[in-house]
Amino acid sequence: MALSGLDIYKLLPKTNCRECGFVTCLAFAMQLAKKAVSIDKCPSLSAEAKRILEASSQPPIKLVIIGEADKRLEIGNETVLFRHEEKFHRPCGIGFIIDDNLTDEEIKKKINKINQLEFERVGQSLSVNLLAIKQSGGKEKFVKAVELILNNTKLNIILMPADLDSLKAALEISRLRRPLVCYANAVNAAEIAKIAKEFNVPLAVTAADLDGLSSLTKELNNQGISELVLHTGTKPIAEKIWDLTQIRRLALKKSNRSLGYPAMVITGSSDPYQEVIEAATYIVKYAGIVLLKGSEPWQALSLLTLRQNIYTDPQKPLQIEPKLYPIGNVTDKSPVLVTTNFSLSYFTVLGEVEASKIPAYIISVDTEGMSVLTAWAAEKFTPEKIADSMNKFAVEKAVSHKRLIIPGYVAMMSGEMEDKTGWEIIVGPKEAAGIPSFLKGLA
Amino acid sequence: MATEVMLEKYSGEVFTVSIGATKQEGGSRSHTIKIGGQKALPYLFPEGAIPNKPVIAYEIWDIPPVDWSAELSSAYGAALKDPFTWAEKCVRDFKAEILCVRLQGAHPEFGNRSAAEEANFIKALLKKIDVPLIITESGDDTKDNQVLPACCEAAKGERLLVGSAAQDNYKTLAAAVLADGHNIIAESPIDINIAKQLNILISDMSLPLERIVINPTIGALGYGLEYAYTIMERSRLAALAGDKTVSSPFICFVGQESWRAKEAKLAVSEMPAWGPEVERGVIWEAVTATALIQAGADILVMRHPKAAAQVGKYIDNLMVRGK
Repeated sequence: MALSGLDIYKLLPKTNCRECGFVTCLAFAMQLAKKAVSIDKCPSLSAEAKRILEASSQPPIKLVIIGEADKRLEIGNETVLFRHEEKFHRPCGIGFIIDDNLTDEEIKKKINKINQLEFERVGQSLSVNLLAIKQSGGKEKFVKAVELILNNTKLNIILMPADLDSLKAALEISRLRRPLVCYANAVNAAEIAKIAKEFNVPLAVTAADLDGLSSLTKELNNQGISELVLHTGTKPIAEKIWDLTQIRRLALKKSNRSLGYPAMVITGSSDPYQEVIEAATYIVKYAGIVLLKGSEPWQALSLLTLRQNIYTDPQKPLQIEPKLYPIGNVTDKSPVLVTTNFSLSYFTVLGEVEASKIPAYIISVDTEGMSVLTAWAAEKFTPEKIADSMNKFAVEKAVSHKRLIIPGYVAMMSGEMEDKTGWEIIVGPKEAAGIPSFLKGLA
Repeated sequence: MATEVMLEKYSGEVFTVSIGATKQEGGSRSHTIKIGGQKALPYLFPEGAIPNKPVIAYEIWDIPPVDWSAELSSAYGAALKDPFTWAEKCVRDFKAEILCVRLQGAHPEFGNRSAAEEANFIKALLKKIDVPLIITESGDDTKDNQVLPACCEAAKGERLLVGSAAQDNYKTLAAAVLADGHNIIAESPIDINIAKQLNILISDMSLPLERIVINPTIGALGYGLEYAYTIMERSRLAALAGDKTVSSPFICFVGQESWRAKEAKLAVSEMPAWGPEVERGVIWEAVTATALIQAGADILVMRHPKAAAQVGKYIDNLMVRGK
């Protein structure tokens, strides 16, 4: 747990020697608490004090890296239980399990299909992260399947071997990709720890309850393995929510280091809808990794979108590029609507304009991602700003008329807008839902 | 040393709202739907009582729906042409426990039905089916202020849920709901303070807080879902901490929002990378509902029977109590 400035002060030599650059030890302690300076600046710190301070400065939930290079998955380091307290930091990994009892051709086909699961939404590129290979047959078949994965995808890998001998063989060929290894358990902990250490790979730990997990992670920690992922096995959904919540809570609120790791979940249902719904539950409730079987585009798109939503910083709304957007087959007679560059405002207006089937232009004004009313209140959506944007985007070259539709909520600025732009200002509906009938009424 | 789980202690709880009055209670519904009553965050059973499951209300309209996608409309077929057939289909074929009737036909642009016509429609509907009803507005304030009170009166004693009251238009509806023994939907624009304020205004008119259901206004998956998610989570935390002014259950218009999303509607021919639209539309609505259930939703107003069935199955699985 983070120590307060006074807690830290008690551990310092209290000599006020100024070697650290601060006038007093207390001043230095305060800066340490804010993480503004490094503990190394103090030349006369006792070893014991150093150990305590270093431990307290570690994040409560360990960062775990699976894979390497650009596509690697980084999970953990979360700081809150609820989005509004700060934000969820590291989007959970979403992946799929492939069984090695498929034929080589089937495996290849599946990998290729999963490779396609990349989507563009609200200006962001969304993709799945993980491919787990599960051993059902002999060692050779498993190794062959791992090889197929290595050669056919850049996605990060999870190895689910049936025995440690097969695991070793698989790691011999895949170690450079830093796969996540499943699972350390009460029976194999000592042995699998050796392997994880030898190959320097992260390790998933499984036990049915938190006690079991906690003692396992302590044991593995003692053996020098610290990149761990927690798994509590297959359970009813509410029990999984409970486990995930307790793991996050105990790590954050009780500084329980032995549970301070990201958690993984495998969906239990075999129904293609139910497994997505289940996965959605775990995405919003603290999972670091969610694995499922189905890899249809509709399954991936919905889950990736949910992840994007939940991991959006509540303080920093998603924005789009401010510009003039033509929607549909526009002509110089098409109506022109203005809104903000807050993604949600823009995409809501866009959806309604599309629904109206009337081609139109939308001007997205740079409001630093604020919505219409907020931006108006903050003077980011003013007649001047809108007029500037219209000039910048050469709106008058795009259309032959001079009529501008503004959101109903800012009707009060229509007079000033007419003065500033010389355009006729038409007050549109307050809610975007009113746009289709409004546009039809204009025609 | 054993790992001790960390239990949160809450002093507050969500109000229990009862929708639908049976014969014994002076109405004619076959059963009553109870929502709310939670003393814990969503589905953390060991932490406190979660006495009622979230319920799915099937959305029906008084007129054939406009702007419903082909996939969505095909799920009901010809039944969409007649609200009574539609309502019966929901109850008989899809086992709907409660219906949400949108009086779209009262809107000046969609038929401009009079208050008397809508009141007669509600009366007839109550005769035709016996599940509890939610009645919602056309969206034209002036018309709704005539139509909704007339419908409240037509359904007097049935203890329905009627909406929506908004911050700048709540008095007429609140008075009617109070007089005829119904519950009210209080709608606020993704804003916890307005939700509180509106609940206070309504309860100041002597309609008790126990008869209010909050519509927090939601966005669909990909369209602002996270705003509603977080507002609902924050409200629920405040309710559990003892703030009675936000201790009302939530109603979420999941179908209406989800089926506006491009991802739910667009044909595969227009966006091949997204795959077939049949499953895509259903899952869009189902995942929107799922996330909101985890934020504390109590009523989910849904459109596609397949999505409703999937979410219903999920709710049953979810209610399997933990240790």
